[in-house]
Amino acid sequence: MTETGTEAATPPPAGAPQPSRPDTGGEPGRGRRVLPPAVARLAYTNTFWIFLVLVALVVFFGAMQPNFISAVSLRSLAADTAPLLLIAVGMTYVIISAGIDLSVGSVLIFSGVIAAKTMLWLGGDGAHPDAGATSAGWTVTLAGCLAGMLGGLAWGLLNGFMVARMKIPALIATLGTLGMALGATYLITGGTDVRGIPLNFARTVGFGLVAGVPWLVIIAVLVTVLLGVVLAATRFGSHTYAIGSNAEAARRVGIRVDRHLIKVYGISGLLAGIAGCLSLAHFTTTTISGHTADNLSAIAAVVLGGASLFGGSGTVTGSAVGLLVPAVLQSGFVTIQVNPYWQYLAVGAVLVLAVYVDQLRRKARSAGR
Amino acid sequence: MSTGDEVLLEARGLSKTFGHVRALQDANFSAGAGEVTALIGDNGAGKSTLVKCLSGAQQPDHGEIRFGGRPLRLDSPATAQRAGIETVFQDLALASDLDAATNLFLGRELVRPGVLGRFGFLDRRRMRAEAVQAFAELGVNLSDVRAPVAGLSGGQRQSVAVARSVAWATRLIFMDEPTAALGVVQRERVLDTIRRVRDRGVAVVLISHNMPEVLAVADRVEVLRLGRRVARFRAADTTLEELVGAMTGAIDREDQQ
Repeated sequence: MTETGTEAATPPPAGAPQPSRPDTGGEPGRGRRVLPPAVARLAYTNTFWIFLVLVALVVFFGAMQPNFISAVSLRSLAADTAPLLLIAVGMTYVIISAGIDLSVGSVLIFSGVIAAKTMLWLGGDGAHPDAGATSAGWTVTLAGCLAGMLGGLAWGLLNGFMVARMKIPALIATLGTLGMALGATYLITGGTDVRGIPLNFARTVGFGLVAGVPWLVIIAVLVTVLLGVVLAATRFGSHTYAIGSNAEAARRVGIRVDRHLIKVYGISGLLAGIAGCLSLAHFTTTTISGHTADNLSAIAAVVLGGASLFGGSGTVTGSAVGLLVPAVLQSGFVTIQVNPYWQYLAVGAVLVLAVYVDQLRRKARSAGR
Repeated sequence: MSTGDEVLLEARGLSKTFGHVRALQDANFSAGAGEVTALIGDNGAGKSTLVKCLSGAQQPDHGEIRFGGRPLRLDSPATAQRAGIETVFQDLALASDLDAATNLFLGRELVRPGVLGRFGFLDRRRMRAEAVQAFAELGVNLSDVRAPVAGLSGGQRQSVAVARSVAWATRLIFMDEPTAALGVVQRERVLDTIRRVRDRGVAVVLISHNMPEVLAVADRVEVLRLGRRVARFRAADTTLEELVGAMTGAIDREDQQ
């Protein structure tokens, strides 16, 4: 106790009595923004810039070759892109939640095979086994699609469970299901594509038009708009952003992070399932050797569209625009007779650039704290 | 000034071990409704661990927590929040990609009336309006409540975290260094807010390294050292020297009060 005096005479450990120097927080907004906030926010987003790039590309190719913007090429471009759009929408949710889903391509073909097998099983004609289920009715078609979608949903929920509950990094968990779904597909089919789906399904959903617009596009756009609104305007969407931005903060305010992540991966799987059914209708076969690069195309679209791989930012609109850029480049190069393989090179370079800009922005942001 | 005759939160014999580190060893703590209790201690004394245990962010290995006279098991922050306990964490726990209003209402979003609300559609306009009001009370004037929190200054972000807890706390609020990143003016505003929340009848637990601040705003002071409570003081009857003595181990007078 005799030491009390000397102990007390030393300055308090970290208790410097005076506040730290005044913080700029006291004078918010002083001279930092010149533009109106709404404009500044818009110009700040990658989505805005990638949209400008898309417009520039369309104008450029249109000027080079006027029939580039003909109805037919737009229509086939949109129809070819429809399944991938759904994949990209699911990927948007996953990437905003700071995850990744590599399994989407495998899940797509798995779902297509399940749908086709179900249709053949229910609608096969015993007298003409070679005809498959080509003459089957809508009930068979719907049952097949439902089975395919459930198959996709199941893989998605498994991904979510592994990421959220088993704490397996998303990259590895979905790489695992990529292999598993692919393996299951080959085991079911023996490595050959399933054919003979109902003709009514192919004629309408596959390549039918409504007022000049392909069914495929209508379905994909409806689902995209629905999920875009959910992401932008609802509590579910807001929690997805919050979890991707700071999962611990979300947990501390009582958001059930694990359960939410399982739903997010479930959405991605379900959309891959729908895409599998659309693709099945479009090609009238299961295309099991295709779609190996769908995951990368979708990731590229989402990142080009302004999402950050660190989570917390991104929009469905941005991803849709990001998806159109490579598609427009591809068909643009074809119409102006440039080797279309340039598209891969161009998109790859732009992708790297987009991520670099995102990094710079984050660095600038944290330096300004 | 009500002085602890109405004990709201009482923790007895809390222990928490991380590997070989004993962060809390039989620590006691109490906080009364309508009073500001300062929790002080040197670095590593266990203040943050104690707050995490009392706000549900971590679970103690042993010990008992009584809240409003009844045993309370805090298995998650959500449980604490349902009991009316809010916390300003030292790391602020903000979603930095989201704007200030969204952060303020995170996990407790306002939805639109009617059918849209049932589908979880957010009433962003109302949330923004209420957020602007909540920030104004703290003297924070955000130029744009729609800008991501990451773009705000350290002081502004801290104000967002404080505003969030103050807005939701009905019975008890923990503040872990709530003024650490603030300038002079904002610091005074936060201290005013603490007094105002106390006068509302809410128990405030303030963790601070700043002794003059503690003496200025606290009604009682509890001192933690090496994972246990070593002293309790009435703020009006104590001095800076006494507090520092207790923190550094020169004074050990637990249970003399």
